[in-house]
Amino acid sequence: MGIDIQHVIELRPDILKAFGETMYMIGISLTVAIVIGLPLGIVLFITDRGLFLENRIIKGILGFIVNMVRSIPFIILLVALIPLTKLLVDSTIGPAAASVSLSVAATPFFARIVETSLREIDKGVIEAAVAVGATPWMIIKDVLLPESKSSIVQGVTMTIISLVAYSAMAGVVGGGGIGDLAIRFGYYRYDNTIMVVTVVILIVLVQIIQQLGDWTSKALDKR
Amino acid sequence: MIRINDLSKEYKTKNGLVMGVDRVNLTISEGEVFGIVGYSGAGKSSLLRCINLLERPTSGQIEVNGLDLTKLKGEELRKARLKIGMIFQHFHLISQKTVAENIAFALRAASTPREKMTSRVVELLEMVGLTDKKDVFPAQLSGGQKQRVGIARALANNPSLLLCDEATSALDPNTTLSILRLLKKINRELNITIVLITHEMNVVKEICDRMAVMQDGRVVEEGSVYEIFSNPKAELTKEFISSVLSFEVPQTILDKVTGSIVKVMFKGDVAGEGVISDMVQHFEVRGNFLHGSIEYIQEVPLGLFLMEIQGHPDNIKRAITYMEGRGAQVEVIQNGH
Repeated sequence: MGIDIQHVIELRPDILKAFGETMYMIGISLTVAIVIGLPLGIVLFITDRGLFLENRIIKGILGFIVNMVRSIPFIILLVALIPLTKLLVDSTIGPAAASVSLSVAATPFFARIVETSLREIDKGVIEAAVAVGATPWMIIKDVLLPESKSSIVQGVTMTIISLVAYSAMAGVVGGGGIGDLAIRFGYYRYDNTIMVVTVVILIVLVQIIQQLGDWTSKALDKR
Repeated sequence: MIRINDLSKEYKTKNGLVMGVDRVNLTISEGEVFGIVGYSGAGKSSLLRCINLLERPTSGQIEVNGLDLTKLKGEELRKARLKIGMIFQHFHLISQKTVAENIAFALRAASTPREKMTSRVVELLEMVGLTDKKDVFPAQLSGGQKQRVGIARALANNPSLLLCDEATSALDPNTTLSILRLLKKINRELNITIVLITHEMNVVKEICDRMAVMQDGRVVEEGSVYEIFSNPKAELTKEFISSVLSFEVPQTILDKVTGSIVKVMFKGDVAGEGVISDMVQHFEVRGNFLHGSIEYIQEVPLGLFLMEIQGHPDNIKRAITYMEGRGAQVEVIQNGH
């Protein structure tokens, strides 16, 4: 299979547009995932047994919702959320519409990652903060977040990369994006050139995100 | 003053309920250094963690300066904890914050005004001898230095009580000694009551005024450190004492001994009075030391010797009576043959 440079140049506007759409979808859904998922992950952690705001009811309810959303296949979620999408963005197609489902999928995913990162913190450090008489808010702000920030950054990296993969399915609701382009041209039309180009773009994108994530995570760690 | 009243802590395990702490009663006076000794699993750590309610006791009361902590919850308990410092075996510092930030964290818990914070941090660092490490992260500190930061953090809000959870167990002997000296200094200069738990008798010997020995969640013996060292009653206590005052004489040496073997203990000033040389002079016996040492517990000497006395059995008897008359405790281990 040959790469037709002329064809690539021809489709350059489409590729650029798709890239922009991917960035748009990831940007929105990542923001939502962090804004909602981070506090959610913290609540999941601090309401756990033996922790300073232990609360079985809250932990149980939130845990159930998070598991439920996470167990639904993304394609089904994409379709199931059409009414919600209509309500929020007044449209059921396009990148904005796809961002709704992506956000819903990414939020519990990120919340669990945050919870896992917090679990890695030495319990003794949290206990020492309790013993010192710190308020729950102080413990969250000055112990939990600083001690887990390096690990949470790794989690953000993981979430972004998952979003790159999920966003490829956004084509189902006309969301667009690089992955969608690869499926439409490469998969349905046997356009090898576009398939290879888009896949290469995705590979490079994921590599860059991973590198940036690793680098940031390391730079933040004072251990 | 701390009054621990009929305190119990149960744990649910796979094998049913386990009594971590079993009906413990203790009174610790103000300004005292109190040591709780026991093997791991004896319940000493649970007991200590019950004092500041890191673990909520199943039953019983903890009274610190007249306030029953077991009745407190949430905000009230948090306020009470400001006046109870705690240090840990593994220090438990916030690894992502500098030394100064770790100490300031405790100050902020007490809502210390910003302008007072900096000077208080400097003051605390001076007290623990770490002025030059202010902006360093814990990872760059040695174990002893980390514990000093832990101490500074614990003392930040002028507590009346300091709890030490195996505070020196992760440190080498020299560092242990320097940390113990610092704790003693804090106890004396700031009149802070210290409760520490340890499995090392040396720690108790070095700084404690009184002590309790724990086994299976219960206090099996309690009293002044000197009294317990010189006259341990419980089997477990004797075992612990022998870890610092051990009299192991090789069997080959014992086999050669023909006289009587006696264990002689001198308490306090008697240790320095030359009782043994007097005895040898006054009675027709010969003394031969097999083992011995003088330990200083809280600067009071405690002499313990294992010696062979040779001579006529009557003379030996009289010599022993003489030593006892001069305040020594004598125990005959083996009669001469």
